[in-house]
Amino acid sequence: MAGPRHISVSEASRPVLPRHAKLKYDETRKVWVILAPERVLAPDEIAVEVLQLCNGERNVGDVADQLAAKYAAPREAILTDVIAMLQDLADKGFLTEAREKTS
Amino acid sequence: MSDVLGNPAIPPDASDSLAVLEKQRSTAETFGIPLAVLLEITHRCPLQCPYCSNPVELDRSGKELTTDEWKKVLSELAEIGVLQVHFSGGEPTARKDLVELVKHASDVGLYTNLITSAVLLTRDRLSDLADAGLCHVQISFQGTEDGLSDRVAGYKGAHHKKLEVAKWTRELDLPLTVNAVMHRQNLHQLPDVIQMAIDLDADRLEVANVQYYGWALKNRAALMPTVAQLDEATRIVEEARERLKGTLAIDYVVPDYYALRPKKCMGGWGRQFFNISPAGKVLPCHAAESITGLDFESVRSNHSIAWIWQNSDAFNRYRGTGWMKEPCKSCEFREIDFGGCRCQAFALTGDAANTDPACALSPLHETIFKQAEREAEGETNRFIYRNFAGGTLESENGA
Repeated sequence: MAGPRHISVSEASRPVLPRHAKLKYDETRKVWVILAPERVLAPDEIAVEVLQLCNGERNVGDVADQLAAKYAAPREAILTDVIAMLQDLADKGFLTEAREKTS
Repeated sequence: MSDVLGNPAIPPDASDSLAVLEKQRSTAETFGIPLAVLLEITHRCPLQCPYCSNPVELDRSGKELTTDEWKKVLSELAEIGVLQVHFSGGEPTARKDLVELVKHASDVGLYTNLITSAVLLTRDRLSDLADAGLCHVQISFQGTEDGLSDRVAGYKGAHHKKLEVAKWTRELDLPLTVNAVMHRQNLHQLPDVIQMAIDLDADRLEVANVQYYGWALKNRAALMPTVAQLDEATRIVEEARERLKGTLAIDYVVPDYYALRPKKCMGGWGRQFFNISPAGKVLPCHAAESITGLDFESVRSNHSIAWIWQNSDAFNRYRGTGWMKEPCKSCEFREIDFGGCRCQAFALTGDAANTDPACALSPLHETIFKQAEREAEGETNRFIYRNFAGGTLESENGA
């Protein structure tokens, strides 16, 4: 079964797209899309970059670190934006979390 | 097909970083290839729902495209830029080659939705479909309990089987949409429908009021809800949407008879949608064949699908606004709703180029609305069941 319905995205979350939400480059229209049940979303450039980094292993903090380094931008601002974008996707039901490793 | 796809418009979605692509493109004048295409791979169906969205003249199995022909269609769709396909019908699982078709669609990069009545599925077959790459399952429901549901479907045991298949769907980690087709005789179950969708762990619920073409038009007197029923339904949906935010998305389609403005049917004729019939006809909407005098091209012709979309007479006939007569022609809303639904205009006025009578500006609006209102208050509850014989009247004691 899929994970819990309500995902609250935080710095420690390790999000990943579920199998029914597919990030794909649309060659015909030259845009990135997320294919989801009976709908097609058009993520902007930053969203695409974030989602490519979200592999279920990196946590949101790691993603913000990478983007902060790459764009030489303040980490806190980036973290806030990344969490907002991912939470929006989660609220639409198109984000899942890698299960916490149990020790 | 037991589902009402009268309004394929992608629901509104507000977000800066995640715009809905179709919405962004809907004002474009280019008539680019649609993002999603409906494939009605067969008209065969074990159910007999009186509001079936298939044409009254059904394609018999001998006319259906072969497995290889459908595979060729799928490859061509992917090549020209279609991103998603909906396998529908009739009942798509009535085709023995469905797993093979889903596999092929996945192999060529298409996102696959299955729109099904579920009654023919076994757990193994559903599992095979998931392995073949199926991305999403939509199951239609006729109510929330056996008695009414099985009566509407004209199939004993249908409801029980649907619940079972919905459970398997989630066990196989496939996202589930519950499609509930609503009308006068089941609208009282709406609160239970919403609870059923939650209990089945669905991601989406479509509360689809019947749209009155084809079979549903034949059955209008038995299906048309009252204004009071509809107001109550709208209230229930709005309350549930608020309460279930982030848990269950609810799409809501109202019957346009009770609206003042017509719906932008199909997003406008030939603008963002086409479907392919069991026999391979490329159609601007699944009811388009009900309009006589239009000649629809087939994938079996020498033309490519892209050519048919761009150039065929049937697609261009009601594209844009050039075909319009008054009151549409000079109407300030002509590019908002494109005069409503061509099939409904044809069915109710005899001319597809007339204003859809759902529009308050249509000279026929008042008459038709009053008639529907009378029918809604009437006592006619017997169905005419959908079948290849042109319909069978329900017996006095049901079924």
